[in-house]
Amino acid sequence: MKIIIRNSSPDPIYKQISDQLRGMMITGELKEGDALPSIRNLAKDLRISVITTKRSYEDLEREGFLETVGGKGTFVAHQNKEFIKEQKLKIIENRLSEAVDEAKMLGLKKSELREMLDALYEEVL
Amino acid sequence: MNKIIEINGVTKEFEGFKLDNISFGLEKGYIMGFIGPNGAGKTTTIRLIMNLLKKDSGDIKIFGMDNSKDEVAIKDRIGFVYEESYFYEHLTIKKMKEIIAPFYSRWDDEKFDEYCSVFGLLPNKKIRDLSKGTKMKFSLAVALSHNAELLILDEPTSGLDPVFRDKLMDILREEIQDENKSVLFSTHITSDLEKIADYITFINNGRIVFSDQKDVLLENYKIVKGDSGILTDEIRSELLGIKENRYGFEALCNAEKQAAFTQFEIVVEKPTLEQMMVYMQNK
Repeated sequence: MKIIIRNSSPDPIYKQISDQLRGMMITGELKEGDALPSIRNLAKDLRISVITTKRSYEDLEREGFLETVGGKGTFVAHQNKEFIKEQKLKIIENRLSEAVDEAKMLGLKKSELREMLDALYEEVL
Repeated sequence: MNKIIEINGVTKEFEGFKLDNISFGLEKGYIMGFIGPNGAGKTTTIRLIMNLLKKDSGDIKIFGMDNSKDEVAIKDRIGFVYEESYFYEHLTIKKMKEIIAPFYSRWDDEKFDEYCSVFGLLPNKKIRDLSKGTKMKFSLAVALSHNAELLILDEPTSGLDPVFRDKLMDILREEIQDENKSVLFSTHITSDLEKIADYITFINNGRIVFSDQKDVLLENYKIVKGDSGILTDEIRSELLGIKENRYGFEALCNAEKQAAFTQFEIVVEKPTLEQMMVYMQNK
């Protein structure tokens, strides 16, 4: 499990952590039933405050990604992978259609937009 | 009963300074940074908590007990570090420890020896021969060696180099792993707290300006920069601690209010604790 916190990021630290954990659960790097480090332990290792990691876990719990079993710890919850993927696809579709709208307003051709997308896809890791 | 420290409406007046009706609390298992400029009342507050000063009015509870009535029982469970050394200068570290240890019911010699070696403290050195930083390390070793549930550290990092300060932060992180310990840490070196603190209490001129979760504070405020031309009276009234020069202005702003002038070209940045402290003081 790899978590990197960027001080230069505009996102608050709790969000950086929950985003990265969520990503790992969606890609399957973290699997259902996997145990996560305790809130305090993660805070210690990342050298951040306990409340910050607590908030990340709480957000993910609310979204249904994690569940905390009293006295045992926090685990990756059972989740409907298809449903999550569906949701994510919807987000991508919405953003793409926004981009298409903007492109049309500028009079960009489909091929030009496609070129832009190709370049971006290569660029972003 | 999860509050380790509860301060309610405490007032203390000296000639030329008044700690004015302050209230704040600290929950079990967390680290609170207590910040403010020199002379703001940090040390006075800590001395009141430790019952080294008598309050004029108000109420201080530690571990749910009255801080003056149950002073002995409370102090057994507190590890403290004061800004000034309170040791007998002519004694060695070892002798001084032998005097201090019996005061604590849960003194742990093994732990003390461990900290001495981690901190590079030599038992046979006389206290008067120690540098300011080394005296601080000795205080810390004592504070950490009697299984205290609350650590009260008054400017512990002021005489210490960045490498040791970093080590101390790691030790504090280790200390709160079991969820039962709390730390109240006063400092004006806010960078030490930037990451580790769960709560921040800011005191200025004897009053508490805010006491809240650090993350909430840092999210609620933004630094805005831009052209002074946009500073109408209305906008000025929303900004804190405006600094202007011929190139533009810089100010602290409530994150909610920021929307009011996004129509202008401004730069918005995340503040640091230090910036918040400086701008709030200028208001």
